Amino acid sequence: MIAVPATEKPYSREWLLSEQPTSRHQARLGRAYVIWRRFSANRLALAGLAIILLLILVAIFADVLAPHNPVQGDLRNSRLLPPGSAGYLLGTDDQGRDILSRLIHGSRLTLFVVVLVAIIAAPVGLIIGTVSGYAGGWVDAVLMRITDIFLAFPKLVLALALVAALGPGIENAVLAIAVTSWPPYARIARAETMTFRNSEFISAVKLMGASPFRIVLRHVMPLCLSSLIVRVTLDMAGIILTAAGLGFLGLGAQPPLPEWGAMIASGRRFILDQWWVAAMPGAAILIVSLGFNLLGDGLRDALDPKEAGQ
Amino acid sequence: MTLTDTTAVTRRNRRRASSFGMAVVRFVVTVVTTFLGLLAVTFFIGRVVPIDPALAIVGDRAPAHVVERVREELGLNLPLYQQFWIYIKQALTGDFGTSVLTTNPVMTDIARVFPATIELATIGTIIGALIGVPLGVLAAVKRGSIADQIVRVIGLIGYSVPIFWLGLLALVLFYAKLGWVAYPGRIDIVYEYTFTPATGFFLIDAIWQGQWDVAWDLFRHIILPGGLLGYFSLAYISRMTRSFMLNELQQEYVVAARAKGLSETRIIWFHALRNAAVPLVTVIALSYAGLLEGSVLTETIFSWPGLGLYITNSLQNADMNAVLGGTIVIGAVFIAINILSDLLYRTLDPRTRSR
Repeated sequence: MIAVPATEKPYSREWLLSEQPTSRHQARLGRAYVIWRRFSANRLALAGLAIILLLILVAIFADVLAPHNPVQGDLRNSRLLPPGSAGYLLGTDDQGRDILSRLIHGSRLTLFVVVLVAIIAAPVGLIIGTVSGYAGGWVDAVLMRITDIFLAFPKLVLALALVAALGPGIENAVLAIAVTSWPPYARIARAETMTFRNSEFISAVKLMGASPFRIVLRHVMPLCLSSLIVRVTLDMAGIILTAAGLGFLGLGAQPPLPEWGAMIASGRRFILDQWWVAAMPGAAILIVSLGFNLLGDGLRDALDPKEAGQ
Repeated sequence: MTLTDTTAVTRRNRRRASSFGMAVVRFVVTVVTTFLGLLAVTFFIGRVVPIDPALAIVGDRAPAHVVERVREELGLNLPLYQQFWIYIKQALTGDFGTSVLTTNPVMTDIARVFPATIELATIGTIIGALIGVPLGVLAAVKRGSIADQIVRVIGLIGYSVPIFWLGLLALVLFYAKLGWVAYPGRIDIVYEYTFTPATGFFLIDAIWQGQWDVAWDLFRHIILPGGLLGYFSLAYISRMTRSFMLNELQQEYVVAARAKGLSETRIIWFHALRNAAVPLVTVIALSYAGLLEGSVLTETIFSWPGLGLYITNSLQNADMNAVLGGTIVIGAVFIAINILSDLLYRTLDPRTRSR
């Protein structure tokens, strides 16, 4: 086919879908547009995205949205009120605190945990995986052996023991979860690196005199990002559940912080008569981790159509 | 047979033997380094992370000479590598120290509580496989239908729900409101003193001894936590079954079987599932290992006297020996199941056998 001069209006649909992008900018935007079209065709994925966006907005505007103080309650008048009571949409807990306000403020802690774990674990896995895959030889053998060792550990139990030694607290919980969640990322990054380690563009960069450090950083890592992002998103739900489990056992965020797992633990005593104290935070965890799972599934299908529906 | 032929054959044989030898060496290295890694991590958690493990045992108000004696007894004055060497030797003989909480050796405690966890995880895996596999097959066969969507949602919720929360709600509904199941625990107090189990596996013991009333009581206790863990593994098993079955149903032998006029039921259950069963065995083994770990939170909810409850109880009492001993045991079993499932896969799948 003869190249048709690009006459489409910039940023129009035709311009984005053009087979002959005239600039790098256009090619990038076009690719993003195609992925977005595939992603948004999946209604469940959009629902997941909406849940996560809502979570972020709630966390940002928690101070404005929360009708009551999340930490201090009205012990005299509003202890263990059922959902739907005047002014307390989701009821109150044993200290007279509004559960809705606590959930709203707890969204910050949830986001704090997942973002921090991702920020720590993903780069660690990315570096280990790309270095291992690009270097090969004994570096690869040693790094992958370490990765496999960590991969073989039971995550929750290891995180539990680590927090027990470090002392309870949300920062230590984050650290423990991060320590147990980087190995799959290293595996993925290595597998991706292996596929284009011997490809021509790497040889070309090498010929131009790029150091291995530069090649890994500038040419290998960016190509591993998309599959890594998918995996991290899919892992978010697991991270939230582990953090909630640690919180439930009293090892995560300490009272009076409104961490959702810890809220379930404190509601456990009243579960038979005042079920909502424990039920509401659990529902919040379920919705958010469902959102991350839907979003991750959608991203995977959009970025990698081969695996769609599998 | 000419001379060159025979040399070629011997060379090939030698190569085969050496590749088998290499595989064995690689396998041994994998097993040994993985277990050593587990011990290294627990050693690190127990000895390096706390500022002073001796203080952690005697408390910060103990006089200086007591602290010094404990340090000496623990070998904390030795260089780290010597400490680690002693630690490995002790761990290999099953010596994880003494539990502060129960004053028993940790290994004795674990031997007492572990069967309860295994019983629970086994029931969970059986439920998960018995329901998960047919659901996955159904979803694959009716791909894109309502049934497929429902199976997918069931699986997604299983992936997303905090298991301890679901357990609490299930207790409220099935125990408190409906009264269908027994209260948290493993066995009714009435039977606790009259029933003498031969092994730690109460259900099997009760049936073996023909004590049907005890068996029924045990069943009423285990069904809720077991069902919960079953749901947990069902989510994983059904999803993997669906993906394996989809893969098999696209193969040419399925087309050939259809062309031959075989019934669809026969093709699905006897031809496709049989081939999907090979990777499925690995998946079920992995989910079993996952349940051993998942039992930590479940046991806490259901007061199930297993290793998970033991670990969490020890956690509340800062009993690090018990916590780390439990971690090592769960970790070791987890690793062993991983390795075994890998071996099983190799023996079951003819394609992975060396020709």
